[in-house]
Order: sequence, then C-alpha cells, then structure tokens
Amino acid sequence: MITTNTDSQKNEKIVTINCQFLNQMKLGSEFNATACINCGTCTAICPMEINLLPRQLFRYVLIGAEEKVLENVNNIYSCLLCRMCEENCPAGVHIAENVRSLRTYINREVYGLSRS
Amino acid sequence: MPVPIGNTLGIFSDNIVRRRSILPLSTKRITHWSNGFSLPHGGSTILYTGQMYQLIPFINSMSHQLGKFEDSWITRFFGIGRFFNKMLNLTKFMAFPSSKEKAAYDQPIRNIVECLHKAGSEFGYLYEHDYYSGALAYDEGLDDAFKRHAKFVYNVWKEHNVKTLITIDPHTTNIVRSIYPHYIEDFDIEVKNYMEILAENPPPVVQHLHETVTVHDPCLYARSESIVEQPRKLLRNIGIEVQETELSGALANCCGGPLESLFPKKSLLIAKKRVDQLLDCASTIITSCPICMANLKRVTPETHSVHDISEYLVKSYSPDFK
Repeated sequence: MITTNTDSQKNEKIVTINCQFLNQMKLGSEFNATACINCGTCTAICPMEINLLPRQLFRYVLIGAEEKVLENVNNIYSCLLCRMCEENCPAGVHIAENVRSLRTYINREVYGLSRS
Repeated sequence: MPVPIGNTLGIFSDNIVRRRSILPLSTKRITHWSNGFSLPHGGSTILYTGQMYQLIPFINSMSHQLGKFEDSWITRFFGIGRFFNKMLNLTKFMAFPSSKEKAAYDQPIRNIVECLHKAGSEFGYLYEHDYYSGALAYDEGLDDAFKRHAKFVYNVWKEHNVKTLITIDPHTTNIVRSIYPHYIEDFDIEVKNYMEILAENPPPVVQHLHETVTVHDPCLYARSESIVEQPRKLLRNIGIEVQETELSGALANCCGGPLESLFPKKSLLIAKKRVDQLLDCASTIITSCPICMANLKRVTPETHSVHDISEYLVKSYSPDFK
C-alpha cells in the first residue's frame, strides 16, 4: 500500500494506492482504459448526465486508487450499460465492459458474492 | 437510504444459482403463452424466449415495491431477507402482477410465433427447459453465478441436440449470441433473431396498416447486434410510416430500464426524458424489447401509446389472430 499526497497543502487530497487492487484489475479482468485520452465525450453524451464520470473513474483504477473507486459505488451501478459513450468514444475504449468489470470486482471483494 | 446494492444483488445471485432465474417463475407461467400452438417438443431449431417477456409483469411488480422501499428504513432488513431467501424463494411474495398484465406480456410471444409460422419457419420449443439466459446477472457483474448458469443452459441445448435458436428480445439475443461464446468453449449454436428471419423472408401482407409511428431502438439491438434496419423494413412493408427522432438507431437514448432493480426513481427519470424525445415525432411509440416497453409505458401519457412491434406485424400478416 502506497500513500501519495497529491497536494501538500490539503490533506483531503491524499490518495491511497492499493497495488493488489491494481493488479487484480489489470490481470484478472477485462478492464482496459489505457487508450482513454480524457476527452470527456463519454460524460457529455451520457444519458445519466454529470452523475457518471467514466474517465475520472478509469483514472482512479489505472493508478490503483481503490478507495476513490469505492466512493463511486452508486455511480458504478447506475451505469445503464447502454454503450452510447462507446459508440462515440474517439479512442475506442470499451467503457461499458470496464464498468461491468468494476461491478464484478465490487461484487466479489466488497459484497462477497462469489461464494453464493 | 437507497436500495442496498449488495443484498439485492445477493438475492439475484442466490436465485440464479439455486433456482436458475433472478425471479423464479413456475413452468406453467413460463410456458402459458404456448397454449393452442402445439409446438413440437425440441428439434434442431427452437424458439428460445429466455423468459424475458414472461418476467416483465413480475419485475414491474417488484420494482413498484422496491420503489416504495427506496429511501425507507425497510432497506435495513434486506440482509435478513437475503438470508431467508436462500431457503425459501421470498421474491415470490414480492411480486403479484394481475392476470391482465401477465396476458399482456404473453401476447407478444404469441404474435411472434404466429408471424414466424406465416413466414414458413419451422421450429420447436423446450417448454420446461426454456431457461432464463442470465442476462441481468451478467449486466450486474455477477460473473461467477452467470458463468455457471450459462454452462448449464448451454448443456441443456446440447442434450436436446439444438443447432439453431430463434430469439425474440434484445437482451437474450445479445447474451446468447455475443456473450455466451466468451464463456463457453466451442460454442457452436447459431442464434437468429426473429426480426432478422422475418426481414429476410417477410410473410405475405394480408392487411396494410396506414399509421404513423416512431421507433424506439433498444440499446442492445442498435449498438451491439446491428438490428436497426430490420424493424423499419418490416414496418414499411406493412404500410407504416416511421418518423425518426434525431436520436435513433446507433444514437438512440436508453429507456432507463436497466436501472429499475437498483435505482427505480432514476430509471423513471431517464424513461421520461426518452418518451419526451419520442413523442415529439409521433403519438405512437413502437419498440421490440419488453424492458423498454415496460419502462416507457410507465411514463407515457394516456393520450399516447407504446406497443411491441409484433402487435403491428401480426395485425398485418394474420388479422384474425388472437
């Protein structure tokens, strides 16, 4: 576990990096957002409007900020998986599949739903 | 307090694993629509409903209950509910749709079968083995439960020597055609949607219908399965004029239906937005997905209407069919 202070003036900006989470998302799932260019098309076009911020969520995953991801649980399960964002993503990121991968992670690791 | 996500998904997961559906229905309910058709039991080509149309009245009823619980103290007891649901199917006591509503969602399946017969298609049905596809489990990321369930359903088809499935809704079409092959090694069953079959070989038109409608494209047909032109071709062929919204085809907005289990209120807001877009074009909305139909109907004013495409097709190909 690595703790990084992104702004020495403000403690609330401390981000905890969870390497285990990072590896699990990289190796154990279909998650892939490295092509994301952070353009914001997905947010602009989302029928859920500003509530969902895939690009922000994906940045948290890419740096292993599990806590930040888990702060967004309601947003992750609010995604309609309608793929409107994917249809318009200039970088061809599989946004819906990435969101689904996050649900799978949360179901297993937070809700313990793999053993039912 | 919103509907508790973990416990609600836990109930769905337990139901899929123990009872082979998110909301287990009796065989009588699942197959009730088939009364009077005498479809052969099995065969190399079968109609696979995936239980989607049959489930909607129960999902509607349950969403209505969940909508009442959303933001209430009752949500604290969902964990206890999940515990008891493992032993006894509690979801059975949460959904009481009326006979009228059940019949309304059986009718599109009957219409589709009649249209396929008019097109000369021959197929059977697996009756008590017409299992749920696992679509919601997949969407909610319940991968472990979904994987087990998909293998079970696929093995049932293989035991019955099924070579081709005819699917009738976007969720089932997408899950068995595009998702199962990723989870099942050597998946080798052909999957055809009924609108693809009808568009390739349309039945003779007995009655032309002179109406103007607008079409709501279900997300999965439009953006995953490339079923956009087929419904329009079928409607034009029977004399219907289609007024397009700006956001149609690959750019169609979602009906909000996928949120109804966990966020019933948000789901209605999305539906309202979509209905407003559609009603700017025509007062009649046509769709081809039971989830879209249910969600759009909830917010459509009484002066306007939402219909399954099969209602129009059967009226044209077989006007006396009931």
